[in-house]
Amino acid sequence: MKKSDIKLISNGKRIDGRDLDELRPIEMKVDVIDRANGSAKVRFGDTEAICSVFGPRVLFPKYLQESETGILRCRYNMAPFSVDDRKSPAPDRRSVELSKVIRLCLQPALFLEDFPKVTIDVYIEVLQADGSTRVTGINAASVALADAGVPMKDLVTSCSVGKIDGKLIVDLCGKEDNYGEADMAVAMMPNRKKITLLQMDGILTKEEIMELMDLAVKSCEKIYEKQKKVLKEKYKRVSE
Amino acid sequence: MIGNYALELIQKDKRIDERKFDDFRKIEIKQGIIKNAEGSAQVKLGNTEVMVGVKMNAGNPFSDTPDEGTLMVGAELTPLASPDFESGPPGEDAVELARVVDRGLRESKCIDLKKLCIEEGEKVWCVFVDIHIINHQGNLLDAAALGAIAALLDAKIPKIEKDEIKRGDYEGPLPVNFKPVNVTVCKVGDKFLIDPALEEEGIIDTKLSISARDDDKICSLQKQGSKELDVKDLEKMIDMAMKKSKEIRKMLK
Repeated sequence: MKKSDIKLISNGKRIDGRDLDELRPIEMKVDVIDRANGSAKVRFGDTEAICSVFGPRVLFPKYLQESETGILRCRYNMAPFSVDDRKSPAPDRRSVELSKVIRLCLQPALFLEDFPKVTIDVYIEVLQADGSTRVTGINAASVALADAGVPMKDLVTSCSVGKIDGKLIVDLCGKEDNYGEADMAVAMMPNRKKITLLQMDGILTKEEIMELMDLAVKSCEKIYEKQKKVLKEKYKRVSE
Repeated sequence: MIGNYALELIQKDKRIDERKFDDFRKIEIKQGIIKNAEGSAQVKLGNTEVMVGVKMNAGNPFSDTPDEGTLMVGAELTPLASPDFESGPPGEDAVELARVVDRGLRESKCIDLKKLCIEEGEKVWCVFVDIHIINHQGNLLDAAALGAIAALLDAKIPKIEKDEIKRGDYEGPLPVNFKPVNVTVCKVGDKFLIDPALEEEGIIDTKLSISARDDDKICSLQKQGSKELDVKDLEKMIDMAMKKSKEIRKMLK
């Protein structure tokens, strides 16, 4: 299919019937993996990511330990069956880059300097991909970190925004990502209004970027409420 | 430590090499330095030095774009450039560098990939842009991105005769429509600066790489660094980058 064959917006609605600033249905579950210290599964429409957190635990081999601070390690991986054409299970350049930016996006929320010689390991698996996989993974990771009891300044909340058919939209699905004009991934600590991840590719003016940033802040606030709710529910369950 | 000294200076609105916050080091661009490459460039930002070569091969197109050539950007942080670089396959820093440069070029549509089709569905030109870091004295990304577009501007399409590439004979220059320029704006405390020297790189809180095109459209953003960024900083950083990228673009031929 060529780019020009696809009409992404008709009658003001997107291909899956959503409004421009509407998020897909979001499902969040916490404590889904027994053996992890913390875990979460997050679904944005057909995009599904699962994340487990191990640690804080002592880091081996010993020479990797930092005497002044703990370290955070992240792995973002897509399952071979998560996409249309089978993805080779070997790490590709995209996952290497995303693992790095996800680590740097979660790090500002943690108090790593309080955990010398220790590691916190975050493993994100994308089980099914339909656009916005990195932000779904970040949302899961942040809930999983909280579930593991890792002290945090704030949750990290993430969403994608972009431009399709000349209109600014929120939460891109796979087709909108592939055939749209621009996409921008944003993660932030909503309570503190601090951006911890910002990536964009596509063609945008400065004004559009500022407008998309506003949209992202508003959407993150909605997702933030869901993250808090699912964590609170867990402890309600435990106390009953 | 020299980093602490650089930080002290920045807090007093000074820099370790006496530049202003919105000054680049001396930029030198040399094109056509490698005879065997279809296009090449050497870029120096002060003592930071990168070399970029463009090679073109005839190959198969991707199945979803049968009538378009392909573009690939690779980067190597060669161990000769810094004691911190090790040999071996590219690590996450090299991969990120290559991918950010790649996005800047690809999204700007600086090369019309449709013009690189030889035979639809069968054969297209595959353009490989390879970035070699020769000397690391800070701000590798801006140097690499500048080298990449300079090398593309220098590139020529080889001649094909009877399905064979005649190296050294050219059909004509590689058509380049836009000149994307990447400028990374760094935040240290509440100060903003560009083109960090190596000593300054260690004390940067966070940085944002902004790639802009001739028509003032922005084609890629990448936040780097381990600390957070204020929402209200964004506009200021973009303005600073756009102003500088215009100046730098004038040096590209």
